[in-house]
Amino acid sequence: MPNDDVLLDPTGELNPPQRKLQNRLTGLQGKIVALLDISKPRGKEFLDVIEGRLRELGAEVKRYTKPTFTRIAPTSLKQQISSESDAVIIALAD
Amino acid sequence: MNPTQESRYALVVKKQCPTCALIEPLLEPLDKLYGSALSVYVQDDPAFAATVTQPVDDSSLEFSWRHQIEIVPTLIHFRGENEVQRIAGWDKKQWRELTGIADLGEGITDFQPGCGSRTQDPGMEETLALRFAQNPLQSRELMLDDSTDAIEACYDHGWTDGLPVVPPTPLRVMRMLNGSERDPREIIGAIPPDLVACSVEKIAINAVMAGCKPEYFPVVLATVEAALQDPFCLHGLLCTTYFSSPVIVVNGPVSRHIGMNWGINALGQGNRANATIGRALQLLVRNVGGGIPGEIDRATLGNPGKYTYCFAEDESDEHWPSLAMDRGFERKDSVVNLFAGDGLQPIVDQRSRTADSLSRSMALSLRSVVHCKLFQMADAILVICPEHRRVFKESGWNKADVKAALIEHLQLPGAEIVRGAGNIAEGMPETLKDQRLAKFRDDGLHIVAAGGDAGFFSAVIGGWVASGERGSQLVSQRVN
Repeated sequence: MPNDDVLLDPTGELNPPQRKLQNRLTGLQGKIVALLDISKPRGKEFLDVIEGRLRELGAEVKRYTKPTFTRIAPTSLKQQISSESDAVIIALAD
Repeated sequence: MNPTQESRYALVVKKQCPTCALIEPLLEPLDKLYGSALSVYVQDDPAFAATVTQPVDDSSLEFSWRHQIEIVPTLIHFRGENEVQRIAGWDKKQWRELTGIADLGEGITDFQPGCGSRTQDPGMEETLALRFAQNPLQSRELMLDDSTDAIEACYDHGWTDGLPVVPPTPLRVMRMLNGSERDPREIIGAIPPDLVACSVEKIAINAVMAGCKPEYFPVVLATVEAALQDPFCLHGLLCTTYFSSPVIVVNGPVSRHIGMNWGINALGQGNRANATIGRALQLLVRNVGGGIPGEIDRATLGNPGKYTYCFAEDESDEHWPSLAMDRGFERKDSVVNLFAGDGLQPIVDQRSRTADSLSRSMALSLRSVVHCKLFQMADAILVICPEHRRVFKESGWNKADVKAALIEHLQLPGAEIVRGAGNIAEGMPETLKDQRLAKFRDDGLHIVAAGGDAGFFSAVIGGWVASGERGSQLVSQRVN
């Protein structure tokens, strides 16, 4: 029988590099906040409330929608959001 | 003569071989003739050739492996580093020609085939390749000390689905890789959710852990390739709060060659191929992709099929097209089909003796997929048992007739299933009340034959609530 003293790692062997966080916003006045709807039911209503609160705090709000919640966002959408806003809030489901 | 071109001889033997025993008396004249130019390599008991000038203990089998010895005795003539002649087994005429000893082997039989070299013993090929060849395996190695139980170590590293796994030793992984001709370093694709590039080797490791035999490996590879087809939407499926996970249906000759079950208890336990092929995919998603319950796998309840959900189709009736044939393949093709589904809902109908009655009966049960008032939301697989197929056959219906009838019976007036109808809030949007609605989207209902001969018990495998282009579609992949 094979010896069991050496095992091969079945994982993706991810050694994630430490990612530097983006600089945090110090305030919302005049900043553009993106709200991403992932296309789950009732996401719109939830984001409507968030949008109202953000506007009260002086932020400008832009709304985006993922084509379907079952897939990760298309690269083009992520690039659009990152180029058009200062911060993003994703309305995750459930 | 150039010394590098001097002749050398190697004789490879093992004591247990009767042919080697037959030629043992020849060692003395050969040793006398060649002296130190002859090395006698003994694979088992070094005492066998202890009297010659240059005996070599080859119980490690290094010489035998490096020179691809398949039979003992083998006599090789080298000139310098080059092999110029090789004789396997005992053939008096050939041995006399090679040695130039006219009376070699006088008094013993003219011919006797040799025995298998120890390098040919079952499982030895991978052992020796690991020992003497450049290790082709690239995965990180985890060294265990003597006090560590390998199965417990796999638990400790979070590599299991909750059941014990077979420890993935290099030897077991090499044997698994030999079940296919694919290069261990070949990248099959990126496994979600972490989108890690997944090599054939990583799939082999997880197949070992799942308990697969090497002969299943081509099916496992096709299963992974199918799962990574974009229309299957593996990422969303493994994240969902819904019950679903991959359901694997295997078609074609390979299902018979590797002994899969499509008969009694086809969707149950007890068949190694069924159980482990499905489990290999689940372990791969967990270990390589990082799809771990409670982390990115957010299933509210999940389902027991998330350990494994794999079976073969009954293809014994040549007039009944298989699922793969519905998908454009031929009967002779070996194909893996993946469906995003969950659970099993029985259809008990012991009364219908006509196809019309039975199709209406099955349609009524199919209506309950997801919810009786939710249409066009999920796909389904209808698994039809032999007794029910017999009813259809006796009415003269083929598979296309069955499907057409089911689709017809699964159309309802919107008014019956809109929200609020029947005093039930759940249902289709009110705007659809005047339309006639189909339960399943086009290409959303699949039919598979399976099950034991006794029992009027067919079943529905309901699909994921995200079906079609917005979610998952049934995908098929040829097994190579």
